[in-house]
Amino acid sequence: MSDTVSLSIYRGGDEAGEMVDYDIPMQPGMVVLDAVHSVQATQASDLSCRWNCKAGKCGSCGAEVNGKPRLMCMDRIDNYDLSEPISIRPMQTFPVVKDLVCDVSWNYEVNKKIPAFKPKPDTDWNFSQTEADRVQEFRKCIECFLCQDVCHVLRDHQQKERFGGPRFLVRTAGLEMHPIDDEDRSAVVRDELGIGFCNITKCCTEVCPESITITDNAIIPLKERIVDKYYDPVLWLWRRITGQD
Amino acid sequence: MDTFETHEYDVVVIGAGGAGLRAAIEASAAGVKTALVCKSLLGKAHTVMAEGGVAAALASVDDRDNWQVHFRDTMKGGKYLNQWRMAQLHAQEAPDRVRELQEWGAVFDRTKQGGMLQRNFGGHTYPRLAHVGDRTGLELIRTLQDRGVHQGIDVFMECTMRRILTDGDRVSGCFGYWRETGRFVLFRAKTIILATGGIGRCWEVSSNSWEYTADGHAMALWAGAELIDMEFVQFHPTGMVWPPSVRGTLITEGVRGEGGVLKNNQGERFMFGGIPDMFKGEFAETEEEADRWVAAVVAGERPDARRPPELLTRDVVARAIRREVREGRGSPHGGVFLDIASRRSDEAIIRKLPGMYHQFKELADVDITQDPMEVGPTCHYTMGGVRVHPETQETSISGLFAAGEVAGGMHGANRLGGNSLSDLLVFGKRAGEFSATHAQQQDSFAAIDDEQIDAAKQESLAPFETENGENPYSVHEALRDEMQQHVGIVRTEDDLKTAISQLQELRTRSKQVKVGGNIQFNPGWHLAMDLHNMIDISEAVAHAALLRTESRGGHTREDHPDSEDEWGGQNLIVGRSTEGHVQIKQEPLPSMPDELSELLAD
Repeated sequence: MSDTVSLSIYRGGDEAGEMVDYDIPMQPGMVVLDAVHSVQATQASDLSCRWNCKAGKCGSCGAEVNGKPRLMCMDRIDNYDLSEPISIRPMQTFPVVKDLVCDVSWNYEVNKKIPAFKPKPDTDWNFSQTEADRVQEFRKCIECFLCQDVCHVLRDHQQKERFGGPRFLVRTAGLEMHPIDDEDRSAVVRDELGIGFCNITKCCTEVCPESITITDNAIIPLKERIVDKYYDPVLWLWRRITGQD
Repeated sequence: MDTFETHEYDVVVIGAGGAGLRAAIEASAAGVKTALVCKSLLGKAHTVMAEGGVAAALASVDDRDNWQVHFRDTMKGGKYLNQWRMAQLHAQEAPDRVRELQEWGAVFDRTKQGGMLQRNFGGHTYPRLAHVGDRTGLELIRTLQDRGVHQGIDVFMECTMRRILTDGDRVSGCFGYWRETGRFVLFRAKTIILATGGIGRCWEVSSNSWEYTADGHAMALWAGAELIDMEFVQFHPTGMVWPPSVRGTLITEGVRGEGGVLKNNQGERFMFGGIPDMFKGEFAETEEEADRWVAAVVAGERPDARRPPELLTRDVVARAIRREVREGRGSPHGGVFLDIASRRSDEAIIRKLPGMYHQFKELADVDITQDPMEVGPTCHYTMGGVRVHPETQETSISGLFAAGEVAGGMHGANRLGGNSLSDLLVFGKRAGEFSATHAQQQDSFAAIDDEQIDAAKQESLAPFETENGENPYSVHEALRDEMQQHVGIVRTEDDLKTAISQLQELRTRSKQVKVGGNIQFNPGWHLAMDLHNMIDISEAVAHAALLRTESRGGHTREDHPDSEDEWGGQNLIVGRSTEGHVQIKQEPLPSMPDELSELLAD
């Protein structure tokens, strides 16, 4: 085991900043977040980062480690080649507040657009574990926003006005597929969340620390619903003739 | 820095975990203007770390369960020091609060009949914890968050409160700063609900996040409110012990609820030798009987055997683990072994304990479907907290309320697993309801005292002005060492006296810390301020622990190893003298109605 870990950490704000090098002592089992904490405690007490649970449950400490979106608390240092400094940068899709902290407030605004859970009238609230399984997968989401960070519609094309991103398609899928839910969110999925922008490259699924099958299990079934509802030629004709939805 | 923004609200909730969110939902539903102020981003509060479940006598798995049994279990687990009225309301109202979550969209694990599945947990007579695998807290917080988002609650994220402001004996507002900009902010409020959680960052080995810096406890004490039961700190028996990076990280009691067993390095299930008298006759006495219980539970049948002693209350299990380690029967890294691999199939372990599987695989290189975990006690929860009215949650300061972990009295000397999430919901709702009513009765805001604000500003900015001061991280590390060494699981008079004098020294050091950088998102500065809370509350714990010359629940005195009858009827109440010194008084427990005492008679 190497005795020292070299880190190169982004310091600065949204407009300007630089990569600063730090060396810290290696500890067994160390994760990237430990390394950042070690720098804070001994070399730069004003180094900003978010964290809470330090156990992969809260989704606060997302960053880009050697260019890859990771939860720092679950990212073992000994998985990296320590002959080079490990680079740690904030998520690139969001404006930087300071150092490793980004402004993720846009996500909270998108969330407000999604209509709430609406139970079927007169339900007895019984449903099977198999039915639960389908939505529990989506409800595992810890809102680390790494899927939003890696999504090229948001990251490269900056379509935040028109596309809600994988996180909120997952959340909507969790509501739409809830066995007791009675709300129809198709219009929101199509118009507000802009599901058509997703061209299923599955980058989001690859980075999800909770291993949610975002594209296959959430986004594609939602796309199918939209197609059925708005673009099915037989239904389209039916609606034209009857004037009914 | 002479000007600061000011907001006006009927109800300001400080803290956005389960209790704070539930309180804000209730207050805003009552039609009052409500603010929710939290130190982290919304949805990241400590509640997300709760794993095992929420306790409520829904009786969906065992129809013998009811609120009376839950009440009895809670009081017995608390070694009868609980405020009985809180324990009663909690047991009575928890089922409705859990059903309400389901109606708001929560998806709990299901029984074969399609109802809410409930699991066994330490100290609960029947399977009582509604759960979602081992991520129940996330389900709870996300459900509340999504309910709240459509209710018009104004959320102030990453905003830390430093002081509760008062006008005489009435609350007038709260004052703090935005973490991002460092700018100060004032909330004028008709009522305030403290929902700030616990104090676990005062100990070295802790399952608690950076947020658990005793903010609410300290702000209440400084404002003149009282604290109760501060000597009782829960050390959860099963934290990770290796590698150092994850020391203290929680391993859910659900592992034992699902059949996991504790063993020492001789391979013995040592809990059979550790059943205290008060639980004699309630637990399996042989491995064969314990195994029969697990087999029945796994098959979804009603067991004809008594439960394994691994499911004794947390205080008992934590002490037993400490004993095994001290007497040389520990695991290589100073814990004991928790084995689920030899008890359940790989598939069952991954399905019911996915978070634990993942956590050990990624962070400790241990596959829990194949090998045992190494575990040891970790500081987890504080039973002690702000003293509140058991029904309204109002403190002794008019208009100041507290709910959840920051409030005291509900759990007595020891909390049962699963009773925290239900506590948040039951008393969060109550605090929201009664604070809204209180706010509606106020015609105007109380006056703001500028001196109180100036004092808070001065204290806050001092670390930028100190010359050649110490790093706040070193002072925090020294505090955590001190509390771990001398105010830990087992205490003595000498240790506690040492701690009290060391804390004085740490207080002096905390006033001379120096922080670098500027005021924007500066964690060193934030910690420098938090040191004041942590030191004052650590002192309250140490003083209360010194005074209680007996062992009970989460307070163990090596020099007074037995529970004493005379202490069994006494709570310790912590206040502050006008000079700012800790003042402690003994107070007899409120007397319980006969119909409740009868429930406790064995």
